[in-house]
Amino acid sequence: MPHLVIWPPILVSCAYVLLFSAWTIWVSFTRSTLMPDYSWAGWRNYSSMLATRNWHIAYTNLFIYGTCFVVFTMALGLLLAVLIDQRIRAENIYRAIFLYPLAVSFVVTGTVWGWLLNPSIGIQKLMHDIGWTSFRFEWLIDQDMAIYTVVIAGVWQASGFAMALLLAGLRSVDADLLKAAQIDGAGPARTYLRVVFPTIGPIFIAVLVMLLQFAIKTYDLVVALTAGGPGLASTLPTVVVYDFMFQRSELARGSAAAVMLLGSLAFVLVPYGLYRMWQQRKARAHA
Amino acid sequence: MPSRVTLSRVAIHATLIAFAAFFLVPLVVVALNSLRSTEDIAHGGVIGLPHELMWSNFSGTWSGYCIAQHCDGIQPYFWNSMRMVIPATIISTLLGALNGYSLSLWRFRGDTIVFGIMTLGVFLPEQMRLVPWVIVLRDLNLFNTISGLVLIHIVQGLSFTTLFCRNYYVSVPQDLLKAARIDGAGYFRIFWRIVLPLSPPILIVTVIWQFTGIWNEYLYGVTFSSGEHQPITAALIALSARLSDAPQYGEQSAAVLLAAAPTLLVYLFGGRYFLRGLTAGAVK
Repeated sequence: MPHLVIWPPILVSCAYVLLFSAWTIWVSFTRSTLMPDYSWAGWRNYSSMLATRNWHIAYTNLFIYGTCFVVFTMALGLLLAVLIDQRIRAENIYRAIFLYPLAVSFVVTGTVWGWLLNPSIGIQKLMHDIGWTSFRFEWLIDQDMAIYTVVIAGVWQASGFAMALLLAGLRSVDADLLKAAQIDGAGPARTYLRVVFPTIGPIFIAVLVMLLQFAIKTYDLVVALTAGGPGLASTLPTVVVYDFMFQRSELARGSAAAVMLLGSLAFVLVPYGLYRMWQQRKARAHA
Repeated sequence: MPSRVTLSRVAIHATLIAFAAFFLVPLVVVALNSLRSTEDIAHGGVIGLPHELMWSNFSGTWSGYCIAQHCDGIQPYFWNSMRMVIPATIISTLLGALNGYSLSLWRFRGDTIVFGIMTLGVFLPEQMRLVPWVIVLRDLNLFNTISGLVLIHIVQGLSFTTLFCRNYYVSVPQDLLKAARIDGAGYFRIFWRIVLPLSPPILIVTVIWQFTGIWNEYLYGVTFSSGEHQPITAALIALSARLSDAPQYGEQSAAVLLAAAPTLLVYLFGGRYFLRGLTAGAVK
């Protein structure tokens, strides 16, 4: 009798992961357009996707956005974590303020930052009204800069996450280690750089990987903030997938784009998985 | 060197306050704008104080507004989201608890592989499941229904809820189970009498995680529902697309605030568990 309860959810879940992925991969090799059509097309969808302008812009943007987003989020998260670690009064209030963006949807974040960064009603307008009429901040409508507005909103949303994990790491450092550094005459800056940061290295890497996969999956934020525009200027791979699948009714080419998206995720996650396995083996060898 | 010490304390606090302000700006701006008139905002920009308190923005956006030819405000979409998030959260959490219990305490051959496959589901991008879902929902006749979205979120959520619960249940001592089994207790009895009473901390984390994630989800909502069946996130985007020529900043701000309210309240009252959920997946 328990088998009837144990197995269905487990099987559904495994089938969902394996079969749905296999299904999308299969569709990416077919001639499907508006409806699935299972006649074989080989690598054609991949080569034609790789040749589109959308794909090139999207991956260039992902590279810019991913790099800036991860660097700034890590830097800000680390700065905030170290500051909060200085035995601050009202620590809980600061933490709550830095973390609340995570509770809000990307749709909300994107919409509100869209208003703030809109030159005619946002920050630029405020500066003009207080008399600084030469102030320019028009990234949102600038072909070359629009992708950086996504970085701003993304960093705003995610640096609390980095802060929370890094702070937990800082707090987990062995107190004896810190005392030893103090006795050796190391100042606070030196203690952080030489003792604390190296010991929480694995947490840095974990946060880095989480942020990278988060950057690759970014979708709603761009839709709400720039809708991929102006033109295609701030499009991302996820936007390209949706565009091909449902707006152009090219299921097969959209699926090929989705599989390439999965490929870029694997590019980040597989090395990390191997690193974790290597670490666990090392830990077991020591034990 | 007391003066240097105080100086650095001042610098620390000043930096923290500056960043706190940066993080609060969007929330404060939306809250203030939800009480300003659209003319006021179009004239004076989004950053400013209300001249008079326009409480009517809320009533207008809640029940009077037109989105996609339906003039009932955002209220129907808000309730759509509620009708989606409540069953999906409860069912995915319960099934996740059962899965976690089976995988951690009723070990069977290949259980780690099964668990590994399920955790892969946490990382797979949503885009990889869109086409299969289109076909499955069409075949089940659930396209463009709330039930369809509930089904998606239950199946999608199982990966997360199983991961959370399994990692929690592995620390339950096996001896406890052995003793219960010797006393003749079966699968359900052990779950009900021993495992479930130990579970409230992880169940709260899981419920908060699922509620926030499902309420805020956009891609499935916009792909598998349209018109009056959309959840609130999709409706908000539809609203701003429809109003892009003549934005109604006052009412739109009120709409944004109402859409963000449920998860913000959950965060406010369950912040501790919220953080635990975030770290559970990442640090483990």
